[in-house]
Amino acid sequence: MEYFVQQLINGLTLGSIYGLIAIGYTMVYGIIGMINFAHGDIFMVGSFIAMILIVALGITAGAGFIVLILALMLVLLMAMLFTSAWGWTVERIAYRPLRGSFRLAPLITAIGMSIVLQNFVQIVQGARVKPLPPLVSGGYTIMDGNNFDVQISNIQILILVTTVVLMGVFTYIINKTALGRSLRACEQDRKMASLVGINVDRTISLTFVLGAALAAVAGFMYLLYYGVIDFYIGFIAGVKAFTAAVLGGIGSLPGAMLGGILIGLIETFWSGYFSVEYKDVAAFFILAAVLIFMPSGLLGKPEVEKV
Amino acid sequence: MSMASVSDPMAVPASEPVLAVRGVHTYYGAIHALKGVDIDIMDGEIVSLIGANGAGKSTLMMTICGNPQARHGNVIYRGEDITRVPTHEIMRKGIAQSPEGRRIFPRMTVRENLQMGAGITDMTHFESDLERMYTLFPRLKDRQGQRGGTLSGGEQQMLAIARALMSRPKLLLLDEPSLGLAPLIVRQIFNAIRDLNQSEGLTVFLVEQNAYHALKLAHRGYVMVNGKISITGTGKELLASPEIQAAYLEGGAH
Repeated sequence: MEYFVQQLINGLTLGSIYGLIAIGYTMVYGIIGMINFAHGDIFMVGSFIAMILIVALGITAGAGFIVLILALMLVLLMAMLFTSAWGWTVERIAYRPLRGSFRLAPLITAIGMSIVLQNFVQIVQGARVKPLPPLVSGGYTIMDGNNFDVQISNIQILILVTTVVLMGVFTYIINKTALGRSLRACEQDRKMASLVGINVDRTISLTFVLGAALAAVAGFMYLLYYGVIDFYIGFIAGVKAFTAAVLGGIGSLPGAMLGGILIGLIETFWSGYFSVEYKDVAAFFILAAVLIFMPSGLLGKPEVEKV
Repeated sequence: MSMASVSDPMAVPASEPVLAVRGVHTYYGAIHALKGVDIDIMDGEIVSLIGANGAGKSTLMMTICGNPQARHGNVIYRGEDITRVPTHEIMRKGIAQSPEGRRIFPRMTVRENLQMGAGITDMTHFESDLERMYTLFPRLKDRQGQRGGTLSGGEQQMLAIARALMSRPKLLLLDEPSLGLAPLIVRQIFNAIRDLNQSEGLTVFLVEQNAYHALKLAHRGYVMVNGKISITGTGKELLASPEIQAAYLEGGAH
């Protein structure tokens, strides 16, 4: 039982990170019908930007609690800002010129962009893994077992709380604000959106900006949680998040978050009860099974053409 | 004015038109859809454009809104050339369209659809404009929390018109508002258009296949054949014309 609860906590933490990345995939797919394969690498860039900022600002675990929290919040906001600029630029130079082209063109460009981003970071930051000494340590023992203690670390609390708050804000933006209505209008009917005066190009740019900002949060949390990053983390995390988006129903925002959590849980429980080596197989088996048996995912809507 | 065969350009009316379409050619890829169209719409008029399926009526509607843009010729709105202005900016100048196929946002509620229409103006009028629309089309009030995609065809058409009106347009473009609707609903919708025109002086450009209703409602009408305007005149003149009766009114009012 204790072991199960521990895996649950670990799985939810990992799932939060996947979920935040998955939202970027699903939003872009919803609005322009394209899988942005470079999105995982935007997450990686966000992670590197956070690392650079932490080092540049000289943030260490030695600082007082309040100072540390404020400094990390500052890093997070700046990382979101810079990563958004990357997301915006990628859309502007690599995808927008191809809009209206045949369907495969932006997909191939996205894969190209992914390779470009990976190699760029590899060249400027080096290929070796970058370690970061733990900034947030400590935690709580929440269950005492016979010979197994269930622990939740402060960093896990930080990740879970940040994700919940962020999802709340994000859901509010999408459902209740004029910006959110514009996004949904473009997702449902781009031609009509322009006929009610919405600047569709700008809205698409905003989608990439929002997706990149959430990926930056995920990158930041990944960095604090694992303490090591390299130029290649975006690939695996990206494919897992893509799987999450498909599992939840590509195009569905709650689906992306749910899919992320589920993939995180599946991967963690598989590692905990079976074998760590095959955890990726478990995740990708899910992808294959969903694509075969449930192509519109858990919360996705089947494509219906209304006459 | 008697009916004129408009292969030669029409005389420019004394006052300046709200909308002037001048020698417009539009292409879809290699397809030459509009082949030199001239149309004038004066302030406070209802103008109907009739013609067969595929004549280019909806293409003209969309060309006025800049999607696709005319390759040759000009679209002039209140003296300003808007031929090359992006669609979303045209729609902020006081033109609104209820397009072919209605294009309701299917996963937004009725109220949200109306909000999308109002998004252009400042939101201070929103609640009072919303009430106006609910008075005009009471069915929409009953359905306000329902998703657009679940409405019936007639309700969707009312919603599409109401959405267009929410931006307080000077010029309303209506593309086939009667398509696929029961006669009773068609009458409701046409009465609403007439009321708006008479009580508020709204200028309306109406595209219709239902020639009888469209010409009865209109001050003036145009007939489009194969991407060109073939005949023009007042609504009454066109209704009385044997040529039009033969081609478009066979079987009387549908």
